[in-house]
Amino acid sequence: MTGPKLIDPYGTPAGADPRGALQSITLDLDRTEGESVNKMKSTHLEPFPDPVLEVPDDLKRSVIVSSVDYLLNWARKSSVFPLQSGLACCSFEMISAAMARFDLARFGMEAMRASPRQADLLIVAGTLTWKMAVPLRRLYDQMAEPRWVISMGVCATSGGPYYQSYSVVPGVNHIMPVDVYVPGCPPRPDALLYGIMQLHDKIRRYSLNGQAAGRE
Amino acid sequence: MTTVWSGGALAEAIEAFAPGSVESSAGSDVWLKPESISTVCEGLKIRSEFKFDLLSSLTAVDYIDHFEVVYHLTSLPMNASAVLKSRVGHGRTEASIASVVPIWRGADYQEREVWDLMGIRFDGHPNHKRIMLWEGYPGHPLRKDYVTYDQSIASTAPGAADSLKGAE
Repeated sequence: MTGPKLIDPYGTPAGADPRGALQSITLDLDRTEGESVNKMKSTHLEPFPDPVLEVPDDLKRSVIVSSVDYLLNWARKSSVFPLQSGLACCSFEMISAAMARFDLARFGMEAMRASPRQADLLIVAGTLTWKMAVPLRRLYDQMAEPRWVISMGVCATSGGPYYQSYSVVPGVNHIMPVDVYVPGCPPRPDALLYGIMQLHDKIRRYSLNGQAAGRE
Repeated sequence: MTTVWSGGALAEAIEAFAPGSVESSAGSDVWLKPESISTVCEGLKIRSEFKFDLLSSLTAVDYIDHFEVVYHLTSLPMNASAVLKSRVGHGRTEASIASVVPIWRGADYQEREVWDLMGIRFDGHPNHKRIMLWEGYPGHPLRKDYVTYDQSIASTAPGAADSLKGAE
């Protein structure tokens, strides 16, 4: 053999962990992560029921119009701050919906919050894999109530083209309750805006008498 | 224009410095014996007539009765490219081959990906673990006999059991 003897680029010492020096450091982290993913897979078998607004029977017969409800719901629906999170290609349609041409700011939604503590709306924009499901559920849990979820695109809604894939969640409603589904692959910004307007309609119908806004 | 080594010429050139390492050659491919992959790759990288300093891609194919690891090499100084292959895991037994990370560091993630999805072990890899799926995932999903384990439709599909049987 000519030329210099090649060396191990990572400088693994002799007699080290046979799986590699780096792995001996990170193995515990990986195992913890894997356990959390497997736990989520085994415990989230059934989808959450979609949160629908139900009027109790005793209220159906008598209409109550509350100005407090109106004011509260108007304030809520006019400042739904979305969480700045995108999973796949749908997020680019979400981004262009926020740009000047489609102008999400018309709905008081221009402030995409980088922190879930300040966000009201989680737009699941793109394919959700099981490995990403754990962090996304954590983001959802960190959002303050009332909170809403829009499932954007067929991947988030049912798995879409990746239905029955080994790594994709078959619908984000297995991970968290979904308020509005927006079909499309990807949906145009118009479709997302329509979905957001549907959500606005839904928020308008909450009442202090009935179901609290944005609960599971 | 990049020169593509023909399989025959490359096999001859490899035999010149590492005798007995070539299994066969055809077209633009050379099939190497798996136990000689380290010697041959090291020679291809540092010898002046090759200077294959870049591993363009490392991937694997499932041929049911065996696996094939494929190396695409590029030489920037000589403006040449070559394809190496190696058959491992005959009869779907424990498939393993020597890691080429000590030779091309770019092989690190690609070998981990092949291990993750195809289940071929790379001996001597400095960080041999899954790269995309999570720790504790059952099986290697790009294998031909892999059946999606949590989707009842996939496992009851007609022919699913037969394809598994044929693979064994």
